[in-house]
Amino acid sequence: MAYGEKVMDHYENPRNVGVLDKDDQSVGTGMVGAPACGDVMRLQIKVDEKGVIEDAKFKTYGCGSAIASSSLLTEWVKGKTLDEASQIKNSDIAEELALPPVKVHCSVLAEDAIKAAIADLKSKS
Amino acid sequence: MNNKPIYMDYSATTPVDKRVAEVMMKYLTMDGDFGNSGSRSHYYGWQAEDAVDKARKQVADLVGADPKEIVWTSGATESDNLAIKGVAQFYQKKGKHIITLKTEHKAVLDTCRQLEREGFELTYLDPDSNGILNLDVLKNAIREDTTLVTIMHVNNEIGVIQDIEAIGNLCREHKVYFHVDAAQSAGKVEIDLSKLPVDLMSFSAHKIYGPKGIGALYVRRKPRVRIESQMHGGGQERGMRSGTLAVHQIVGMGEAFAVAKEQMADDIQRITKLKDRLVAGFSDMEEVVINGDLHQRYPGIMNISYNYVEGESLMMAISDIAVSSGSACTSASLEPSYVLRALGLSDELAHSSIRFSIGRFTTEEDIDRAIDLVRSKVEKLRALSPLWDMYKEGIDLSKVEWAAH
Repeated sequence: MAYGEKVMDHYENPRNVGVLDKDDQSVGTGMVGAPACGDVMRLQIKVDEKGVIEDAKFKTYGCGSAIASSSLLTEWVKGKTLDEASQIKNSDIAEELALPPVKVHCSVLAEDAIKAAIADLKSKS
Repeated sequence: MNNKPIYMDYSATTPVDKRVAEVMMKYLTMDGDFGNSGSRSHYYGWQAEDAVDKARKQVADLVGADPKEIVWTSGATESDNLAIKGVAQFYQKKGKHIITLKTEHKAVLDTCRQLEREGFELTYLDPDSNGILNLDVLKNAIREDTTLVTIMHVNNEIGVIQDIEAIGNLCREHKVYFHVDAAQSAGKVEIDLSKLPVDLMSFSAHKIYGPKGIGALYVRRKPRVRIESQMHGGGQERGMRSGTLAVHQIVGMGEAFAVAKEQMADDIQRITKLKDRLVAGFSDMEEVVINGDLHQRYPGIMNISYNYVEGESLMMAISDIAVSSGSACTSASLEPSYVLRALGLSDELAHSSIRFSIGRFTTEEDIDRAIDLVRSKVEKLRALSPLWDMYKEGIDLSKVEWAAH
């Protein structure tokens, strides 16, 4: 299958790859997916005192579209409040990356990841 | 495209050998022998018939068969259908039980599923974790009403070779017919049907440098096997497979099999060396696993898992080489390869596999390029992989509770 330009760009040059300290009180970690399905995403966000996301990191095991979805997500959430970040829809990601129907689940996973990271952060406070 | 990727997917298909293409061209146009081999009344028909007879002998010669035992089909899929449905239906008064293996090609498995819908009973055997069928497992599955055992020779995904001689002997002992899908093995592994206890065998041309769209089914004459035909019409191929013979395809298959007979020893020697080079190139890497038995195998098909890296993203990264993956992320199912699952591989390992299949035109440079590329990309993708982090932290992934979706 041929990939779209934006998917290729994020896949070749993934943004914000890395790890944040999951025990830090200002860090939320969302791990979603399963090896059985062929994709696992770990998304981490770090908020400042005002509750604005100042940093985001990810690591993803999965196809090119899954990697691109999580890479794009880290770009989008930076500078957003938790409320704003929780508004991000999988359809926005799918549209931006021009994902074909069989790859839409990758964007769903990315939406799940940011929701899980926010929930983790809120559970700490 | 100027810089075409290096072709390492010979078990999907092979390029037609130039010698084969040249012969085929002589059977298409007005200045060639374009006749219908069924036209018994004139020169054009006789020429075509001679060409078909010659090709039939070439195919038979490679596998130690009698030319009269070769039935032309459109490919191995049709051969598998004709053999399995043909025997099942012809002998259904004797019994309606058929045995096969979970790692068979879909052409066999799906044919078996269809027979199940028609009221036959099927047993799908599990291979051992090395991909090889244990004879005791087969022995225990054979029943009074079993009419057919169908087991492949070389597996198309992992390259392991089943011991068809031993399986055939067991079938003879129990008076059960034995069909072998030899699409991946003819011309690559020694086959001598004058000695092997095999009743039916499927062949394909395009897996061995012949054209697509042509295959054959070997149907033993002594002791005789009867099959119910699946295609009805003009009664060609002694009634077993009607339809005007595709003369140009048939001469192509004949030539490909003749070339294979000549080159098989050299091909195997070269391919074994290339396989050793490929394997050595990855031997010092962590968490790299060769799937399927290491010894009882055809060296041209190597299925290798790079743990904690997902196969499709790896394929995308190594698009300079044309290979295939055991990960089925491209399909809607999200299920990894059923062959690898049948070996008991974990989901991660099954999703992380790449099949390299090497052939007549693969060079040492191709192998070296593949090694370099795969090594660097696996490293890159592992740096991206949360599973690799977890492995490095010593977490047992099988004990993690995943939020499956």
